[in-house]
Amino acid sequence: MTAGAARVVADGWGWRYAGRRLPAVSDVTFTIEPGERVLLLGASGAGKSTLLTGMAGLLGDADEGERSGSLQVDGSDPERQRGRIGLVLQDPDAGVVLSRVGDDVAFGCENLGVPAQDIPARVREALDAVGLDVPLDRPTAALSGGQKQRLALAGALAMRPGLLLLDEPTANLDPDGVREIRASVEQVVAATGATLVIIEHRTAVWADLMTRVIVVGADGGLLADGSPDEVFRTHGDTLADAGVWVPRHPVDLPVLPPLGSGDTVLATHALAVSRDRRQPVQTGLELTVPDGAATVITGPNGAGKSTLALTLAGLLDPLHGAVAAAERLRGHRGLDPARWTSRELLTRIGMVFQDPEHQFLTQTVRDELEVGPRALGWDRDRIDAVVDALLERLGLAALAAANPFTLSGGQKRRLSVATVLAAAPAVVVLDEPTFGQDRRGWIGIVSLLQEEIARGTTVVAVTHDEDVIRHLGGHRIRLAPVAVGSAEARA
Amino acid sequence: MSLRFEERKALQEPASSSGDPSSRGTRTAWIDGVNPVTRILLALLLSIPLFASIDVISGLVAIGLQLLCIPLTGLRFGTVLRRLALLLIIAPVAGVSMLLYAAPGGQVFFSFGFAHISEASSQLAIAVSIRVVALGLPTILLFARTDPTELADALAQVAHLPSRFVLGVLAGTRMLGLFLDDWRTMSLARRARGVGDRGVLRRFFTMSFVLLVFAVRRGTKLALAMEARGFGADIPRTWSRPSRLSGRDAIALAGGAAIMALSIAAAVLLGTFRFVWS
Repeated sequence: MTAGAARVVADGWGWRYAGRRLPAVSDVTFTIEPGERVLLLGASGAGKSTLLTGMAGLLGDADEGERSGSLQVDGSDPERQRGRIGLVLQDPDAGVVLSRVGDDVAFGCENLGVPAQDIPARVREALDAVGLDVPLDRPTAALSGGQKQRLALAGALAMRPGLLLLDEPTANLDPDGVREIRASVEQVVAATGATLVIIEHRTAVWADLMTRVIVVGADGGLLADGSPDEVFRTHGDTLADAGVWVPRHPVDLPVLPPLGSGDTVLATHALAVSRDRRQPVQTGLELTVPDGAATVITGPNGAGKSTLALTLAGLLDPLHGAVAAAERLRGHRGLDPARWTSRELLTRIGMVFQDPEHQFLTQTVRDELEVGPRALGWDRDRIDAVVDALLERLGLAALAAANPFTLSGGQKRRLSVATVLAAAPAVVVLDEPTFGQDRRGWIGIVSLLQEEIARGTTVVAVTHDEDVIRHLGGHRIRLAPVAVGSAEARA
Repeated sequence: MSLRFEERKALQEPASSSGDPSSRGTRTAWIDGVNPVTRILLALLLSIPLFASIDVISGLVAIGLQLLCIPLTGLRFGTVLRRLALLLIIAPVAGVSMLLYAAPGGQVFFSFGFAHISEASSQLAIAVSIRVVALGLPTILLFARTDPTELADALAQVAHLPSRFVLGVLAGTRMLGLFLDDWRTMSLARRARGVGDRGVLRRFFTMSFVLLVFAVRRGTKLALAMEARGFGADIPRTWSRPSRLSGRDAIALAGGAAIMALSIAAAVLLGTFRFVWS
């Protein structure tokens, strides 16, 4: 299927983005032999993605930045090797170009001038290789995250590359999606023998497929380069501190016990939830959320977990049935959170969205934390006291004047939780709080939630993450998959 | 050529549950064989002559003949009516201004300041209302079922617009759905953060700004993904979905010309033809 696997040679290579003082990557030297399978690791900000984009020949010209040393694929510049190199990005939505599956896979072939009569065979071959068995005219928008990533992989494969580059292909996927991608990639490298380079925090998923681990240093050069066993053995602690999930390096946090019963803070009766107020995604829900403990909502993709969370948080109206809060939370218009005013919600139920950026409102981290307290009309002293304490707790004090949009992924996530905690709500609802987090970000968020539980806050978390479930303990709600049409598209 | 248009249509069936059945029916229609570029020409052909005259007859004949063409478009009569609804609301508004402010002529029924309702102005008002419908109807009939991908293929291959531009726009339009989701989530997030009770206008602007940030970021990522797939390389591009002209395009254009000719001829014969600039 390939015209031979590619060799990648870096010799003192580096790249500095235009307008930046320091290089993103510097002084990197290695040779990746044809058919090697390399896991590329490093702390966040060490320039892994820049290195990968450089191997793909997509960093641009002198306007975009300044290069040093050399980086060659099969003895020539990667810029001149279009189609020889396939790249799959982290965000499943970013990799899809056209609106139908078959058209999308064909896109790369068309750009490379593959004769039109040869394209359909290539499209089928690529879709078979990744095991994506859907009609060619299936709308790409109807695919699940895992399917989209497999589609992106197929789009790269259809070009018959000798070098496959994957930039955190599973970071935005649920466990099923991760398994899908892992199986597809294994199948692909077995069939094509292509050289493979993957950036990924979740090393456990890939470790046994990889023949080599290269660790990029934060201050230039390489930190380590060797077999997975050797690198993990000698650099395990450093890598773990840098945010990498190193095999056999468990997280040092307490495991909270599961919960039988207790007082109820939220209860539903015959609840049907719907995102668009027409099509229910779950019906007949009789649920209780115990007071002052964790409640974890799990279930497969498309089961309506996020919709249920938004409904419990009083942001979506129930389609049928009711949500009722405990008497002590009674608002102006009763016990139904959906009927409370926005201000009343603040001190009662806070919602942390899956994408922190959706809930940012201001220009600085400090202002962001003040939004809730200000809406509550607190006086200056009280606001300052609460905000200062939160900044300290989150380790964001040094960044108080920074723009929230410029923070790292882990910092954004912690800030989004803190903005909700600032108003000290009785209940905090979180949608996939550890999604896309590296080890460091994960520990930051889970310990924050454990502290809140210890303070008596009720925490409701939607999650796929078994470790989150174990560490939060408490009560567990499993949503069964729904049988209606919408679930079929995600199967 | 498994990706060719007809076969895609045939494959539509299993995917229809997740597709958008309202805009892309599963039935094939005569007009599906007419190239989208021809349809653009046809839309111009069916509207420009109507600007020459303002009279009731030519407009009515055009509407009548176009309605007779509905079976060729694969649209249901009800669907056409529903899409026409907006036009049917706008048309009288355009008519009312004519009714009140057109140069008076013949018998004057009503006068108030600058406004005069006269025999001439009421005729003009009716003619203008009908014109609005006559101009809007072809667009609905021609483009209601047009698929953006197919349109882009035609614009690049038949009209020879630069493929980089056409495909860039096509890929960009796919982002619109994502932005709708963003907007909805951001609205909910405003309520959750305690600022959802007041300041609708301010909220609109701050949310628009965030959406702009998302747009730039998504655009950059999309450009990278497209480049990684060889987009913008110096290699001449091939097309797995050929877009060509056929005899049917000529027939469609001839049909359009005939509709216009009949409408104008009817107006001239019945003596209602009024050249706009006379």
